[in-house]
Amino acid sequence: MQSSLAHRPEHRAANPAIAVEDVSFRYGGELPGRPWTIERVSFEVACGEVLGIVGPNGSGKSSLLKLLAGLLRAGSGRIHLLGQASSDLSPITLARMLAVVLQEQTQVFPFTVAETVLMGRFPHRQAGWWNFGSEADTADDLACAQRAMAETDVLSLADRPVSELSGGELQRVMIARALAQDPAILLLDEPTAFLDINHQLDICSLISRLRGERQLTVVLVSHDLNIASQYCDRVLMLKAGRLSHIGSPAETIKPDVLQAVYECEVVVDAHPQTGKPRVTMPMSPS
Amino acid sequence: MSNGHATPLISATGPTDARGSSGPAAELAWSRSGAILTKRRRHLVLFGLVAASIVVTVLCSSFGAAALSGSDWLTALRELITPEHGDSAGTAGVILFQLRIPRVLMGFLVGGALAAVGVTLQALLRNALADPYVLGVSSGAALGAAIAMLLGIGATSMLLPMLPLWGFAGGLIALALIYRMAQSHGRLPIHSLLLAGVILNAILTAMIMFITSIMDPARSAGLMAWLMGSLTAPGWIGLIGIALYVMAGTMCLLYYAPVLNVLTQGEDTARSLGIDTDRTKKRLYAVTALLTGAVVSVSGMIGFVGMVIPHAVRMAIGSDHRVLMPASALVGGMFLVVSDTIARTAFAPAEIPVGIVTALAGGPFFLYLLLWRKDRMV
Repeated sequence: MQSSLAHRPEHRAANPAIAVEDVSFRYGGELPGRPWTIERVSFEVACGEVLGIVGPNGSGKSSLLKLLAGLLRAGSGRIHLLGQASSDLSPITLARMLAVVLQEQTQVFPFTVAETVLMGRFPHRQAGWWNFGSEADTADDLACAQRAMAETDVLSLADRPVSELSGGELQRVMIARALAQDPAILLLDEPTAFLDINHQLDICSLISRLRGERQLTVVLVSHDLNIASQYCDRVLMLKAGRLSHIGSPAETIKPDVLQAVYECEVVVDAHPQTGKPRVTMPMSPS
Repeated sequence: MSNGHATPLISATGPTDARGSSGPAAELAWSRSGAILTKRRRHLVLFGLVAASIVVTVLCSSFGAAALSGSDWLTALRELITPEHGDSAGTAGVILFQLRIPRVLMGFLVGGALAAVGVTLQALLRNALADPYVLGVSSGAALGAAIAMLLGIGATSMLLPMLPLWGFAGGLIALALIYRMAQSHGRLPIHSLLLAGVILNAILTAMIMFITSIMDPARSAGLMAWLMGSLTAPGWIGLIGIALYVMAGTMCLLYYAPVLNVLTQGEDTARSLGIDTDRTKKRLYAVTALLTGAVVSVSGMIGFVGMVIPHAVRMAIGSDHRVLMPASALVGGMFLVVSDTIARTAFAPAEIPVGIVTALAGGPFFLYLLLWRKDRMV
């Protein structure tokens, strides 16, 4: 369509979208004796791949996502994004490459949906001191916001204040803002948390659609094993900060693996439509 | 809350049509239907407010213990341009150029700065009730200025009044505490914010009272009037000094308007959009303290302008700081000029501190928001 919407094919072919090499991290920085939140994790995500990160509560899923997003700094090890070391990238360059939708997204002020989506254009804007912060949204910004809102189906909400949206609507607006950033990599933290099944389905089919239309590389954190199984190419399982298993849903969503990671019995059968593994709780022994 | 977005304003944005690759113009209808502030609408709002500010300034300069008519204005202006009468300027001229206009302009600067500070603090703390007065920043600045007055070190040197810098120092200390609290919470929830403000205000007020009580009684009366928030007619030199501080600070905040938009989305999201949040926030807090210090040093503690005005403006034109910031500054300036005119004239020839007028107008509004609109404030 136009240069800013093209997805830098020269980077895609040569390098994986994300390469994590032996990354460790703990809160509280260099203080010895603190437990590792993430310990010696290595993996790669290919361009256009959808990777799901799953694991028990407190296993470090969100921390790993924030490390990928550059919001946390790895204590040791390295993260490469499209072949470039993420610690060498300026915040603006990083923001043009990678967008993230986080869980905490309380909306305090009544910005409209369109205004919120246009904030995704911030890293692409050339701030000039001469216009004292009054620079207008360019035609490019509007076109990107338009596309993002159309993809997430929030165009009809454009003039609604975000503080009045429902959970499902707000989540789609947040994804639209991330898409307006025009990233090559999209990170999502629990994109379906607190949504009813209808809106969960909405978000999941949106993610599938996006990887088709934009060739986005997607990494999503989810506590829902079935979403990981159905919508991800590969699943990464964390246990106590360590990478326990990584592989296709068929390789990872198995009773013995789940038993090892979650330390409980589950029932795994095949999804009637896709044949992919499906996890259900067993009948309680009482 | 969103009434402001209901009015569709048609703007003639050329660029979207000029780009061949974009979809039909109708597709971008949202960009013209009030979902965002178009450049045209932004200019319209600001132009209207500037015009209104001029009208308010002229009108309020005419009211007072002695009302001035249009012909008095003309005479005074003629004397100013052609001072053929030598030193014997007319009464109207003296009242206008040495009393009324400097005071009205001072009120405009103070009100504008307070509103701009309020907008900034609200975005930084992600709380629509933040206000320099409620948070204790004004008290901090007042303590700084009071100490300087006690020690006699607030005099003007090299054209630049030093008192604002002492206010700046005091305001910074108060803000540093608030910054610490906000950092540990990510955002400052309403209860923490109000509690922190109450306690900080109590401590700082006690210290100010201590200074007043050990001061020479003749000077402490003036200090008390100043503390309640009052405007006086400054000399032109003093006015220019304060104008320098206020202009520099407000320009800086205007420059950061798009960044403030993104900061309202939360610390981590702002960082993921390429903002160095630690550095930016520290800078903005410093500018906020400087502005508060400057206005408190000349007008004492005028409350609620920083909370009421941004709130009202946000209801009318939306949350985009690129227009919220300048519009709030202009409306805040007008609000304080009108409040001060009431303070000067309501009980003329007696004057009441303008802080009483703004507190009586703003306090109930604050309570209303707290009691009936708490769904928005959490």
